[in-house]
Amino acid sequence: MTSLGDPLRISLFITCYNDTLFPATGQAVVRVLERLGHTVDFPAGQTCCGQMHVNTGYWDEALPMIPRFVEQFRNSEAVVVPSSSCVAHMREHYPAMARQLEATGKYSGLAAEVEALLPRVYEFSELLTKRLGITDLGSIFPHRVTYHASCHGLRSLQLGDGPTSLLRSVNDIDLAPLPGLEQCCGFGGTFAIKNADVSSAMLDEKLDAVLSTKAEIVTACDNSCLMHINGGLHRRGCNVRTMHIAEILAGEEEAR
Amino acid sequence: MSGPLLDPRTAPSFPKAAHNLLRDAQLRKNVHHATSVIQNKRARVVAELGDWEQLRLAGERIREHTMTHLDAYLEQFEMNCTRAGGVVHWARDAEEARQIVVRLAKEAIAAEQRESPSPAEILKIKSMTTEEIGLNGALEAAGIRPYETDLAELIIQLGRDKPSHIVVPALHKNRQQIHEIFQREMHLPDLGHSPEDLAEAARLFLREKFLRVPTAVSGANFLIAETGGVCIVESEGNGRMCLTLPRTLITVAGIDKVIPRFRDLEVFLQLLPRSATGERMNPYNSIWTGVSAGDGPRAFHVVLMDNARSGILADKESRQTLNCIRCGACQNVCPVYRQTGGQAYGSVYAGPIGAILTPQLQQMHYAESLPFASSLCGACYEVCPVKINIPEVLIHLRNKVVEQKGLTGEALAMKIMATIFQSERRFRAAQRLGRMAEAPLVRKDGQGVGWIGWLPGMLGGWTQVRDLQEMPKQTFRDWWEKRGRDGN
Repeated sequence: MTSLGDPLRISLFITCYNDTLFPATGQAVVRVLERLGHTVDFPAGQTCCGQMHVNTGYWDEALPMIPRFVEQFRNSEAVVVPSSSCVAHMREHYPAMARQLEATGKYSGLAAEVEALLPRVYEFSELLTKRLGITDLGSIFPHRVTYHASCHGLRSLQLGDGPTSLLRSVNDIDLAPLPGLEQCCGFGGTFAIKNADVSSAMLDEKLDAVLSTKAEIVTACDNSCLMHINGGLHRRGCNVRTMHIAEILAGEEEAR
Repeated sequence: MSGPLLDPRTAPSFPKAAHNLLRDAQLRKNVHHATSVIQNKRARVVAELGDWEQLRLAGERIREHTMTHLDAYLEQFEMNCTRAGGVVHWARDAEEARQIVVRLAKEAIAAEQRESPSPAEILKIKSMTTEEIGLNGALEAAGIRPYETDLAELIIQLGRDKPSHIVVPALHKNRQQIHEIFQREMHLPDLGHSPEDLAEAARLFLREKFLRVPTAVSGANFLIAETGGVCIVESEGNGRMCLTLPRTLITVAGIDKVIPRFRDLEVFLQLLPRSATGERMNPYNSIWTGVSAGDGPRAFHVVLMDNARSGILADKESRQTLNCIRCGACQNVCPVYRQTGGQAYGSVYAGPIGAILTPQLQQMHYAESLPFASSLCGACYEVCPVKINIPEVLIHLRNKVVEQKGLTGEALAMKIMATIFQSERRFRAAQRLGRMAEAPLVRKDGQGVGWIGWLPGMLGGWTQVRDLQEMPKQTFRDWWEKRGRDGN
């Protein structure tokens, strides 16, 4: 095990929706980690963690994504994932899914590999605070920002004060606490579509809370919540923007 | 006299029911207010205990142990209850339970009528188990008039309404609405509006019943195997009246209500009141064991009902559902329940626990929308006093629903996507295809940013209330490759 300060070779698991919809988040992750002196690689065969399938009731369809993930990342020193819900899914379900696959006789040793790999898989803010021991990145971001604690980050990953402590260290940031921090924004993957009415009622409460902070930007460790909040803000005609925490932490002098 | 049943077999799907309930601004306000009050009270009294997490763990362990040896503990309960003078009956399902209770009630009423002429009536203590089996309807069909004596259940019964919460069934009603119901149904034109006025009206209305009606039906919070005792906790004392004044007491309980030892109450009588009503202890804790000469009921029956519970026990992924002690904390904290109230779930068991319990009590297809009535935010798991991992059970049940429905459009789309994710080449092609497919739907805003305000089919659920920003021109992996080619 390397010590906190030693440069690491960190593999980025961007996740399918960040790859497709939020490339700026991945770019920011790369920028932050390289600025800290680490090497970032991107295994090209990666696709999806399988969260949407499992959460919607398609467990079996998600099974092939486990050997693919192991194949891509088995040699990584650390894996960074800029999506709290994907990490939560992997931690909560991959061990059982790997055991199930191994029981078919086709994936010898998969369960042990998953058990060995998962402790090296980190959500982005978690990598910074828990693995790298970072408290201050020397970033600059001169805007009023509020932080939304995504449910999976809050309850499953127990990120606690980690993300806010990182944000507090950013120079010139004006951080406004979000009322009802522990409340779900109503996204919930396919829940947002299957139960659109309830989801939108939940979103309305979240948007009211966001607007009450007078923040210019809402941030989170999960772009899926932010996509939901952003879609609601735009429909309301508000100018508040959403931005993944990595993009704020990547903020440097030229951002002024 | 009783209102329409909450019957999962005839209830509309959750999204449909929710759609209508969300338009009831008064109901939403009532539910939001009441759940916030209880949630805050709970948080305060839970924070007082330094060993809350250990208590939860103890609760979970005791429940798990009990479920693993349920057959033995039920027989032990039967033996000890019988020895103490109780009569134990076994009911396979709701129908059998109704038949047994109606027969016992008829016999008790006939015996009373032989002594002196009296109407065919019965007192009832709040019991979700009797709601589950629609007991009031069966009693009425047999010519017996049931009187609900729990204040909330009385409001529901008089208002011909349906319970919306397992602990606070009339949580969706505010004081003004309760005033209207009491004024109309109790014939009290001059009834005042204060809580004291309403409580006094209920007291007078119920006292007369307590003193007159000699037969009662109760549920149970706990059946104690070691002693054969039955435990009920409550806040009002009306339950205590029903347990002590009548000559015949009939208790209906699911087989999941058993606990091994008397001392296990030490754990549950801390977990339950703090989780349920935010009280350190329930004002009334009643435990009765069989019958005693000259004190309380002369005849005591317990109906132990399975009604699908042994089937749940057989499913190792979801058997933790049976560990539930019916505190309702998951309902108060659930962001979905807090929007719609309980009636959207089409079952007496609403909220997160209802979303996992109802489909398992019924054949799944009657309640197949319920496992999806959750954003999987995990707040329910966090507050559950016996640590039921409700999100995991929801996911398990979603799988069962998907399996049961076979090849739907959604299943086909999911299978195609799963195939796409098995190849980098296919994934990149899908990303390109996505950009092409969305192009006709994208409208540019003032800043030149493209937005989608309408999506077809199922995806329209998204654009009903949200816009979707257009896909960026370059995926992350394209950027990464270009960066590699350009030498960083």
